[in-house]
Amino acid sequence: MCGIVGLFLKDKALEPQLGALLTDMLVTMTDRGPDSAGIAIYGNGAAGKAKLTLQSDTPDADFATLADDLGAQINAPVSLRRKDSHAVLDLPEAQVDAARAALGDLRPGLRVMSDGARIEIYKEVGLPRDVAARFDLAAMTGTHGIGHTRMATESAVTTQGAHPFSTGSDQCLVHNGSLSNHNNWRRKLKREGIRIDSQNDTEVGAAYLTWKMREGASLGQALEGALDDLDGFFTFVVGTSDGFGVVRDPIACKPAVMAETDQYVAFGSEYRALVNLPGIETARVWEPEPATVYFWSH
Amino acid sequence: MQTIDLATTPLREMNATLQAQADQTNATSWDILNPRGAHAIAVGLDAPIEVTVRGSTGYYCAGMNKQATVHVTGSAGPGVAENMMSGTVIIDGDASQYAGATGRGGLLVIKGNASSRCGISMKGIDIVVQGNIGHMSAFMGQAGNLVVCGDAGDALGDSLYEARLFVRGSVKSLGADCIEKEMRPEHLEILRDLLTRAGIEADPQEFRRYGSARKLYNFDIDNAAAY
Repeated sequence: MCGIVGLFLKDKALEPQLGALLTDMLVTMTDRGPDSAGIAIYGNGAAGKAKLTLQSDTPDADFATLADDLGAQINAPVSLRRKDSHAVLDLPEAQVDAARAALGDLRPGLRVMSDGARIEIYKEVGLPRDVAARFDLAAMTGTHGIGHTRMATESAVTTQGAHPFSTGSDQCLVHNGSLSNHNNWRRKLKREGIRIDSQNDTEVGAAYLTWKMREGASLGQALEGALDDLDGFFTFVVGTSDGFGVVRDPIACKPAVMAETDQYVAFGSEYRALVNLPGIETARVWEPEPATVYFWSH
Repeated sequence: MQTIDLATTPLREMNATLQAQADQTNATSWDILNPRGAHAIAVGLDAPIEVTVRGSTGYYCAGMNKQATVHVTGSAGPGVAENMMSGTVIIDGDASQYAGATGRGGLLVIKGNASSRCGISMKGIDIVVQGNIGHMSAFMGQAGNLVVCGDAGDALGDSLYEARLFVRGSVKSLGADCIEKEMRPEHLEILRDLLTRAGIEADPQEFRRYGSARKLYNFDIDNAAAY
């Protein structure tokens, strides 16, 4: 099992509530995935700036002087916002690769959860309610976000094994299911220069989409490719800077419910996750078809 | 009319109350409020009562039903009326995967669409779907009738035993050992009766009948080497 929630807002008036709505959906999916939980949220970005979300098992030591240390190393202004075991670095977009390289030297224990103009990812081991409280997810704002509650099958219950996975700038993916040809694809994608940090099957799914889009595919085309190339069970929900997509494998045994109103498009592994959304009583509610790509963009 | 509000009554208490109704009860009509997608609503009932669930349900609504009539005014999650023995289950909206799975008797009516694996391993249940059904429906169906007023997805009736399948619209593909069969007068009669009991107006003459070619489950001496 695993639980997935996603919310893509069409109505700007709901943006201040994005974190609160998603958190409620996430906590409702606790009994589908009590091992760990995570959320990717697309908030404000500034032209020419990038955000790096970091995670540390020893955040006090790692984050204390990190902004200054990194700024000196890459010779650029860096600011840091800490949230519990995570921190978000703001820095010039052009310095992202240099910062990633420097972080490996300066703080080898750190993990980079994501980079991009708008994405922030928070994920940890523990009950979704506790994870959401640690990062005050309910207070976050943005245009769209994706969350996951994990019941692990394919790799260890660790922060690194939690979802969402991000393998490209402003991209993320969550997964319910298990992939059976991920080892082959991990080797192939690494040869193609795609960054894969864990032994987790889902991260390979994310990396596959990153590779497809790097080769020129749209999000929709990349998801079509996944249907041909990835073997196993999957319901995927993916995010990009301005898009939100859903695809299920042809067998479609991993549950999915979607709802759409003038204000939003929402995804839940179960209808329960959607019941507190505004206007759900009159929303168009449907089950996404097997082997069919759905995506929305701003 | 008795009312149970799931916003204030625990799910198990609601099910225990309904399950405690005897054959001879005066409380024959029940309203369940605020289901909000909860799992296992109105399961294991065994009395001739009428239960109306006002909203949408999660997994396994009306599972193992005997005698009771369960009416869901919204949509139902996976496994609605799974292993039903008798009685009637009516879904006004859509039903998710494996609706009516392994059902042994009774009538399941879905007014909207049913998704994949509808009637999988059905063993005597009658299922009437006003809309479409998804792939692998009636997989290994053994007995009973599946009526589809709309279209059927891929691999309809794969590895079918003796269930009867009636489809008015298109069939995307037939599963292994499932073939179209002649619609004889007795089949039109069965179909007319089912449509009437489901409260759906449709002309039985517009349907096609599908069933088992009986090649997979009968022993064939030519295949002896395979065992």
